[in-house]
Amino acid sequence: MYDTPLTEADVSTEDAKILARNVQVHYGTTHAIKDVSVAIGDKAVTAFIGPSGCGKSTFLRCLNRMNDTIDACRVRGTILLDGDDIYHRRVDPVQLRARVGMVFQKPNPFPKSVYDNVAYGPRIHGLANSRADLDRIVEKSLRRAALWEEVKDRLSAPGTGLSGGQQQRLCIARAVATEPEVLLMDEPCSALDPIATAQIEDLIYELRDRFSVVIVTHSMQQAARISQKTAFFHLGHLVEFGETGQIFTNPQDPRTESYITGRIG
Amino acid sequence: MTGLAAPTPAPTPSPRPGRAALLAADPRTRKRNAAERRFRFCGVMAISIGLLFLVVLLAAIVSKGAGAFRQTFIALEVELREDTLDKNGNRAPEDIAKASTFAYAPLLGDALLAAIRDNGITTELQTRKEIKPLLSASAAAQVRDFVIANPERIGETVAFSVLAASRVDGYLKGRVSRDSVARSKNMDARHLDLIDALRDAGVVEKRFNPAFITGTDASEARPEQAGIGAAMLGSFFMMLVVLLLSLPIGVAASIYLEEFAPRNRLTDFIEINIANLAAVPSIVFGILGLAVFIRFAHLPQSAPLVGGLTLALMTLPTIVISTRASLTAVPPSIRDAALALGASKMQAVFHHTLPLAMPGILTGAIIGLAQALGETAPLLLIGMVGFIASTHPDGLASGFLDPNSAMPAQIYEWAKRADPAYYERAWGGIILLMLFLAAMNITAILLRRRFERRW
Amino acid sequence: MPVTWLIPSILLLALIGYWAGRARALAVAGGDTRALHSLPGHHGGHVALFASAPALALLVVWLLTQPFVINGRVAELIPDSANSATGEGPSAALMMSEVRRVAAGLDLAVREGVITAGQADSPRTGADDMRAWLAGVGVALGGETGPWVLPAAQRYRALSATGHLMMTIAVIALSAAGLAGALRRVRPQFRARDVTERAVKAGLFAAASIAILTTLGIVLSLVFNTIEFLRLYPAVDFFFGLTWAPSFGGGSELGILPLLWGTLSISVIALAVATPIGLFAAVYLSEYATPAIRAFAKPLLEVLAGIPTTVYGLFALQIVGPLLVSAFGEGGVLGVTWMGSGTAAMTAGLVLGVMLIPFISSLSDDIINAVPQTLRDGSLSLGATRSETIRQVVLPAALPGIAGAILLAASRAIGETMIVVLGAGAAARLSLNPFEAMTTITAKIVSQLTGDTDFSSPEALVAFALGMTLFVLTLALNALALYIVRTYREQYE
Repeated sequence: MYDTPLTEADVSTEDAKILARNVQVHYGTTHAIKDVSVAIGDKAVTAFIGPSGCGKSTFLRCLNRMNDTIDACRVRGTILLDGDDIYHRRVDPVQLRARVGMVFQKPNPFPKSVYDNVAYGPRIHGLANSRADLDRIVEKSLRRAALWEEVKDRLSAPGTGLSGGQQQRLCIARAVATEPEVLLMDEPCSALDPIATAQIEDLIYELRDRFSVVIVTHSMQQAARISQKTAFFHLGHLVEFGETGQIFTNPQDPRTESYITGRIG
Repeated sequence: MTGLAAPTPAPTPSPRPGRAALLAADPRTRKRNAAERRFRFCGVMAISIGLLFLVVLLAAIVSKGAGAFRQTFIALEVELREDTLDKNGNRAPEDIAKASTFAYAPLLGDALLAAIRDNGITTELQTRKEIKPLLSASAAAQVRDFVIANPERIGETVAFSVLAASRVDGYLKGRVSRDSVARSKNMDARHLDLIDALRDAGVVEKRFNPAFITGTDASEARPEQAGIGAAMLGSFFMMLVVLLLSLPIGVAASIYLEEFAPRNRLTDFIEINIANLAAVPSIVFGILGLAVFIRFAHLPQSAPLVGGLTLALMTLPTIVISTRASLTAVPPSIRDAALALGASKMQAVFHHTLPLAMPGILTGAIIGLAQALGETAPLLLIGMVGFIASTHPDGLASGFLDPNSAMPAQIYEWAKRADPAYYERAWGGIILLMLFLAAMNITAILLRRRFERRW
Repeated sequence: MPVTWLIPSILLLALIGYWAGRARALAVAGGDTRALHSLPGHHGGHVALFASAPALALLVVWLLTQPFVINGRVAELIPDSANSATGEGPSAALMMSEVRRVAAGLDLAVREGVITAGQADSPRTGADDMRAWLAGVGVALGGETGPWVLPAAQRYRALSATGHLMMTIAVIALSAAGLAGALRRVRPQFRARDVTERAVKAGLFAAASIAILTTLGIVLSLVFNTIEFLRLYPAVDFFFGLTWAPSFGGGSELGILPLLWGTLSISVIALAVATPIGLFAAVYLSEYATPAIRAFAKPLLEVLAGIPTTVYGLFALQIVGPLLVSAFGEGGVLGVTWMGSGTAAMTAGLVLGVMLIPFISSLSDDIINAVPQTLRDGSLSLGATRSETIRQVVLPAALPGIAGAILLAASRAIGETMIVVLGAGAAARLSLNPFEAMTTITAKIVSQLTGDTDFSSPEALVAFALGMTLFVLTLALNALALYIVRTYREQYE
């Protein structure tokens, strides 16, 4: 009885940064995402919650076409970024990803220095005119990621030598260095201890001023703390989408309610 | 890497790349995509070059070697004259054996002259001496063997199909040209005309030559007679030694290291030794074989036994490595289940782990054997080249102990000889060797497919 | 009884022991195997073990020591004059082998019925008789075989025969005693399983030790002969000599440098071919190729590694060499005359490179696949293209492993024999022109040790010194490569 998706007829199209309509994703023979439509606002944090395997990460990876790297994955439906279809055949995923950055579950700094990690994006996209320019971008990004004070004296040390929380903030700095418009975060705190998690959460709260942030999380408390909008996924369906406060206090769908109260998931 | 930090002409100091148009690639992206295509093209080229080499190599082997399986024969009606072959007329075997091949040569010469006459071919070559270069030196021996086996046929005229000389064969295969004949002593353009005429008359013809596969090596002057059969048997006996030694020893060593070895210095030392032996150049194993088996233990030189021993030591690391991989692939739960039933560790290993790992072990053993079969360098040092393997081994002891060659060693030996006719035989031998290797590898693959188990 | 029959006899006794042990175990248990500690089969195995193992051990020890004892006794009969007449040192060994040859000839003569056993052993036999007999069975004697050889050979035969007889009796007796002793121990409480399993374990350990013995054999045979060589030839001239000109008449110059240079040139050419092709192939297969292409191209590339090196050698000699000459040789397409003949460093290097392609590609493929996918994702999510990701993230991360793979390939290259023997030519020269013939350490090991060689001459012994150099070089390269690869693996585990 839960298989009928809620009709998201009232997806607001105004000031939506990303607009997804009737997205279907197939992994080989598995139907991973079933007819999902959602509007993600600009300069706001949107949280995707739901039990493991519900498709929230898969959907997130559709938003910057990271699923292209998986051969068996097929995406149907439309996803618009500022009104442009990102799955249009003339869209170069390379250009798209420069605008839609991503932070992963496990910190994955490159085996290079802290500086080179952050400078990687600006270098490949040619964002800096000079070495001084690049230095400025690196410093700005590290400051935005609240990491500058901790690493400014060891910019040439390998990024893999930092602590877990620092590594994840380095990855965030790396992602914001290319000046993206949207920042996708796939459970960015799941590999971190509570203190590092708190730091990252503070950071996300600040990033909201400049970026549209989409975060996948397992922790409902986290979603409640940092997001303005929340989407609840279940078995590939988008069950419910709305203001975070409303989702957590007054869910419309019985499935959302059972998840939030800990009966499923 | 490619100077990405270098200043690039961007219109504004802090641009938002591609914000304006997601659907149209900006110039920088187009350049980067072009670099991407170039890089990818390099990858495709690398694969293509590799595969091209493979195709060229296989094509060369087939095109150069296929001719070795066909040989030129001359059909002759030889009159076995009693007055030359059995002067006493009593058909006593010892009397007949007295007639040497020199006695048979004129009979063959006459038969060939008769064939020329009967087919109405006109040629300036009128004497036995002049047409002698057309016949292989082995022809007389062939007729003599027939006569000794069938003394009662003396006096009759018997049809023989004898080997033509290597030059004749070379002419029909395009190896010997009229230009190259001009430089030779005992053959000239008249002979070539005669060959053409005899071929048109059907006296001289190329056909499948089973003796190449079954026969023995021949002296430098008789390439038309040489075969790889004896060397094949040599390889067979060598592989038998390798299999009988390296498989049980390798499996036993792997079982010890994987299941029983305590973690100590000695075990580590054994492991290091095995890893190093796997990387020691094969020629060094040849030195080992020469120094230990031949000079120290006085085993016979050139014997397949020694070759087998040397190659077994060389194959051992390969077999140990693959066997250990197969043993580790068997999940510990199976061992635990057996131990929980009160089986001893030994019983658990021999009753459960080993049978389950067997397909993997056999696959590794076959691949190791294939490696050993194609190996030449160590055989050079223990004397399996440089002589003519002119007899087939008779019996088991002879097969292991009598001097013989091996297929790759025979191929090398032929490749070294001056006569180009031997090159063709070397390539032909390679075809046979590669067929054996392919068969072994395909067996290994099928075995793996058939018994592959995913835990 | 010859050894070939002695071993089957012991095995037969072991088999009898097995059945006897089993039967007795069943008998003492009254037919109820539950009364036994070990299964009847274990009791059988235990008896078989005692019937065979000690006897076989004795056999091996006896066979190893008997020749030394006999040689010592026979050597007394070799007069000193014979020794000094032909020179010093190694000729004692030559004398001994002459004696052995005559003894073997006499054996053969007796077996073929040319003479009777009595005649062979008779002290009245003269040297001429002996010569005639031996000629009768096809054993030719050297010209200066002295009169002392015959008595020595006769004593050799007599001692061998006695030794053999004693050995046969001792071995069979030990086997029977072992069988009987073990059979008496069969009792229900007897832990036969422990005994057999300990023995099997010892056997397994012995098999594993073969690796040590092999290494030991290699090292000893190289070291002893190298020392022997360095006694005859100055080490400085060997390691720093610029000329390689062996002549069996004496006065050889045996400098290793031209050979090292050839080895190095050919290996460098080979790696210059194999590294880019192999690396790009690995990158393409692991990063771009669809599963179908991968399943098709990877095994085909690996076929290149399974082709015997003799085949590559012939390919170099007959196809690549002439092809290169037609391009770079006299009257070639390029109008240059760099290349005199088809056998050259370039020929061998190119073909060796082809052989190494799959070696580098499959090792690098494994290493590139071991780079975590998260790094690729990280780079791609920043908007890097695949090639940027590969060049700036994947390859730098895999660099140590790839360096290890190239070092392993280099060690393969310097140890390769057949391709250089057939393709590189035989001239040892220090030349900068890769289109000239060069030769390598391996090729010279082959040429110095094949054919009729006198193992006491420096010209033959130098091969062992070359082998030693090769062994040390490859070992060092491998150790370095393995170290690098292992460190790299730990980085991602």
